[in-house]
Amino acid sequence: MDNATDEQPMVRVRGLVTRFGTHTVHDGLDLDVKRGEIIGVVGGSGTGKSVLLRAIVGLLQPNEGKIEVFGESVRNTSEDHYRRLRRRWGVMFQDGALFSSLTVRQNVEAPMREQLDIDDTLRETLAAIKVRMVGLPENAMDKYPSELSGGMRKRAGFARAIALDPELVFLDEPTAGLDPIGAAAFDELIKQLQAALGLTVFLVTHDLDSLHAICDRVAVLAEKKVLAVGTMDEMLKIDHPWVQEYFHGPRARAATATQQAQGA
Amino acid sequence: MTSAHQSDTTPVEIDTEGGRVLLSGRFVIGGVNAIVAETRVVVPEGTQNIDISGLTHIDTAGAWFLVDQERRAKADGVTLSITGASQAQAQLIETVRRNMPEAHEAEVAPRTVTELVEDFGRKVVRMLRKAAELTSFLGQIIATMGMVIIRPGRLRLTSVVHHCQQVGLNAVPIVALMAFLIGVVLAFQGSAQLRQFGAEVFVVDLIAISVLRELGILLTAIIVAGRSGSAFTAAIGSMKMREEIDAMRTLGLDPVAILVVPRVLALMLMLPALGLIANVSGLLGGALMSWIELGVSPAVFQSRLVSNTDVWHFGVGMIKAPFFALIIGVIGCYEGMLVGGNADSLGRQTSTSVVLAIFMVIVADALFSIFFAVVGV
Repeated sequence: MDNATDEQPMVRVRGLVTRFGTHTVHDGLDLDVKRGEIIGVVGGSGTGKSVLLRAIVGLLQPNEGKIEVFGESVRNTSEDHYRRLRRRWGVMFQDGALFSSLTVRQNVEAPMREQLDIDDTLRETLAAIKVRMVGLPENAMDKYPSELSGGMRKRAGFARAIALDPELVFLDEPTAGLDPIGAAAFDELIKQLQAALGLTVFLVTHDLDSLHAICDRVAVLAEKKVLAVGTMDEMLKIDHPWVQEYFHGPRARAATATQQAQGA
Repeated sequence: MTSAHQSDTTPVEIDTEGGRVLLSGRFVIGGVNAIVAETRVVVPEGTQNIDISGLTHIDTAGAWFLVDQERRAKADGVTLSITGASQAQAQLIETVRRNMPEAHEAEVAPRTVTELVEDFGRKVVRMLRKAAELTSFLGQIIATMGMVIIRPGRLRLTSVVHHCQQVGLNAVPIVALMAFLIGVVLAFQGSAQLRQFGAEVFVVDLIAISVLRELGILLTAIIVAGRSGSAFTAAIGSMKMREEIDAMRTLGLDPVAILVVPRVLALMLMLPALGLIANVSGLLGGALMSWIELGVSPAVFQSRLVSNTDVWHFGVGMIKAPFFALIIGVIGCYEGMLVGGNADSLGRQTSTSVVLAIFMVIVADALFSIFFAVVGV
């Protein structure tokens, strides 16, 4: 691999401005995601975490600013170019966003069917491997999303996101609504697959345990921009009322304590 | 293939030399597909070593291919080793190895006649059960309405008025236009036939009786079923999906009283009104066409209409209106309540609601015809 691509960030956002009517969500937001890292994006409700994710994957046209993924612009690009870019990332929405009329197997096969020209048995085998990789039991393959629990739906959504072996995955609140055991298992799964598939992970989350357990870096969204980026330890030292409140509140202390207890 | 770097777009290359296979290049899904598609056995039998140190990139599909070869070799009693993997590649191969699916499951047996009969039986039972449930739902609505009559304060008046506007006022243009065109068509077709007997003037009777007695109200009911019945199902169904109905129950609010009764009541008030508009508009269309096509002047049309058409024709049509409204409202709301947790069922119940409502309206119309024939109206 040449050095240029290693240093080039996977995602580069510069001067992003998003508005809904008169309400400004982002005002001059900058963010870099490095190759191979797990970056956690946190922020209060309504600070535009999901909006940022949607802007990066091109579901939403921002008012101003530059967004580059893999060093190529996502905005104002041709449909064909965008399709080629899109094939290289996977997105997992909150609650999986599985197609309700398809089984888990068909959901995972859907992107392969659309993007790849491969024969049926190979596709089926690869889908089965992906479903097993996210830790779903064999009998979940032919179930419909409505027959799965919330945690299983999220896993199936993750399997669909990694169906095409993407370089970059976007996960929107993957552990929200899971019980602590399920959430910890999902964290572990993200970390495992990140290592196995060499993924870069863009993680929108509220879960302080996830931040501690798997994130290499944390980006805090507040005041319409990225207020701070850094490791967890750096975050704990930042002197800003909201950041202090977030990382030093009662729940944060509990999460830190668990982490230290595990580390010891 | 898309690639991050122009430099390693080289597709996978295979070199075989005495018991060893050398893989190099980019071994990703497209390459795997090519190999699998071209020939099932690329790796010669008896190969004991696959060297992948030349691979620049490997994905899940590539790893699957390697693990699959390993498996086949093992089945043939040969130990196949994979060497030269980088740490990341080894990790991926190991992950895939752990998650290899089991060999193919048994084929699904073809359906037997017994199963078909069983299916049919189940469908019949389900239909009967649905009929029973619909009846019970109807009873619930009537009981709640009875309560409202005893204590009028409990009626959600704002809600009723709102739904009256939605199902009544907003439907006036489409209903009026539809009925007008029906009148035009009846006059046009009727005159063509009646002219053969020189009985053109009877076209007035034809239009009056068919519009007032049957078509005006029946077609209005069908339009309303498609327009408002489906809207009821969709609205209540999406509330059911988002657990709003459950929330109401826990708050001690009765969904039937709050959601269903105002809708059904509004429909029962508005359908007769819409039917009346349809009647007037249908007669107007018929009169206009008779005038143009047959030269029956509006004055003649009017006098013939008044003298020759029994007022009961109008009465029969109007009597049916509230019953049709009840059918559409009850089915629309009931199907909404049946919506489950996913978007799929919302769509399914909405279309069931419309089809069932229209079907039941026509069945009711047929029963009314028999009834009125027996009574002699």
